[in-house]
Amino acid sequence: MELVKPGIGLLFWMTITFSIVLYLLSKFAWKPILKSLREREDSINNALNSAEDARKLMSALKSDNEKLLQEARIERDKMLKEASDMKDSIIAQAKRSADEEGRKLIANAKESIEREKLNAMNQLKTQVAELSVDMAEKILRKKMDDRSQQEAFVNDNLKSISAN
Amino acid sequence: MAHSNKKIFKYLIPTFLIILYIGYASLKIANATIDEQHHSDSTSVQHESTIKVVEEEIHEELEHIEHEAHASKEKLNAGKLIMEHIADAYDWHIATVGQTHVSIPLPVIIKDDDGLKIFLSSRFHHGHKAYKGYKLEEGHIVAVNTDGTINHEASFYDLSITKNVAAMFIAVFLLCFIMFTVAGSYKKNGIAAPKGIQSFVEPLIIFIRDEVAKPSIGSKYEKFLPYLLTIFFFIFINNMFGLIPFFPGGANVTGNIAVTMILAIFTFAITSINGNVGYWKHIFMPPGVPGWLLPLMIPIEIIGMFNKPIVLTIRLFANITAGHIIILGFFSLIFIFAEMNAGLGFGVSVFSVAFTTFMSFLELLVAFLQAYVFTLLSSLYFGMAVEEHHSSEHH
Repeated sequence: MELVKPGIGLLFWMTITFSIVLYLLSKFAWKPILKSLREREDSINNALNSAEDARKLMSALKSDNEKLLQEARIERDKMLKEASDMKDSIIAQAKRSADEEGRKLIANAKESIEREKLNAMNQLKTQVAELSVDMAEKILRKKMDDRSQQEAFVNDNLKSISAN
Repeated sequence: MAHSNKKIFKYLIPTFLIILYIGYASLKIANATIDEQHHSDSTSVQHESTIKVVEEEIHEELEHIEHEAHASKEKLNAGKLIMEHIADAYDWHIATVGQTHVSIPLPVIIKDDDGLKIFLSSRFHHGHKAYKGYKLEEGHIVAVNTDGTINHEASFYDLSITKNVAAMFIAVFLLCFIMFTVAGSYKKNGIAAPKGIQSFVEPLIIFIRDEVAKPSIGSKYEKFLPYLLTIFFFIFINNMFGLIPFFPGGANVTGNIAVTMILAIFTFAITSINGNVGYWKHIFMPPGVPGWLLPLMIPIEIIGMFNKPIVLTIRLFANITAGHIIILGFFSLIFIFAEMNAGLGFGVSVFSVAFTTFMSFLELLVAFLQAYVFTLLSSLYFGMAVEEHHSSEHH
């Protein structure tokens, strides 16, 4: 029973001591300690947050870079494609114009050949005509001693010329 | 190098003061004995009444010695020994060398109708002498009549600095010293990483804040945090001091019901003062209870309200006292067996020491655990007091 009877003296001193300790520690120990702890935690949190922000910024930059690179790549591809298209079209055009030119040249050549041929034919014809006239004159001179023969001959020649 | 030397001095000074006080106290005891001898030498030149008084004193002293001698021969009473160790005392017993008790006398303060009476407990001569109308009887101060009989009617308040009070003073002095040092280094270091004793205290503070106060109280925890930290460290340091078997430990502060009762009353008072409308409504108008049950429920709620501090009081008191009793019981075993046979005593001592070592480790855990439990329950009660009750959830 002795143990569970609180002594008045101890109750008295305990109340006083504990009140004083509570006051002193609250004012001079817990307040600054808790304040510093909170400040430290805040600063750690801030540091972590800013690190996170920096990380986000970095990744944003990286993705931006990626996008730029992608765009550049697309641009390059487009340019290459355009260039190759242009090349193709130029070649095709060149081919077309060369063909045309060739055809034109050929046509010109054919025309001049035709003309030359016609000229040559005409010349040949005149020469042949002169020759044949000459020959005919010679033959006629020899044969046309009599009138009947002359007439028969002229008629024959006329016939053959008109047949030609 | 110089810095660390300075630090050592900081800790050495209180230690040195304590040692000085022990030295002073033991010197005083020695002086008292010499004084008495001196008195008996000079009796021839003084008048008869003095001789008579001195003779009586000597007679008493002789009786005392005889009694002590007799006591040392009588069978060991383990129960009495244990109770003496865990109970409060008016002097701080350090050691017994032969027949001499080396103890620190503590101040006795008595408030009665005549006013305050302050003197050292050594005046009582371990209960063999009355002083200023008071006497030490069975470890308690009682008023005595002029003829030496105990006066049971006398009303007085015994406000003595007993062993528990002194031990508590030392503990709180150390606690304040540690915490002020820590607070100082926080002020000095700012938000830098903790150093030295800061590193020991900081996890405990954060533990109380984050694991005890925040979850059980909620958003209003900051208001109660200083109190919770104070009771936690107060109980913890006193528990730890209680585990030291000799001066400046050895007292059973947190195993004393007066101490735990005051702590519980503080918790109760803070709970009641901070109790919001919801808290009181829960006690006097329990929501969701049918009207005919109210005459039963309200007394139960009121008993429950007072039950909480009583439970707090008894849990801490019983846990710490039980630990002390077990350790003392193991040690008593040695002497009980040694009375039968000296060899048996030595044999048992091996097991007793082993078990006591084990118990001491357990007590270290209990010292922390009980401080934690007391703090946790207090914060739970605060949490109940400030909790926002939503009427909708009851219907």
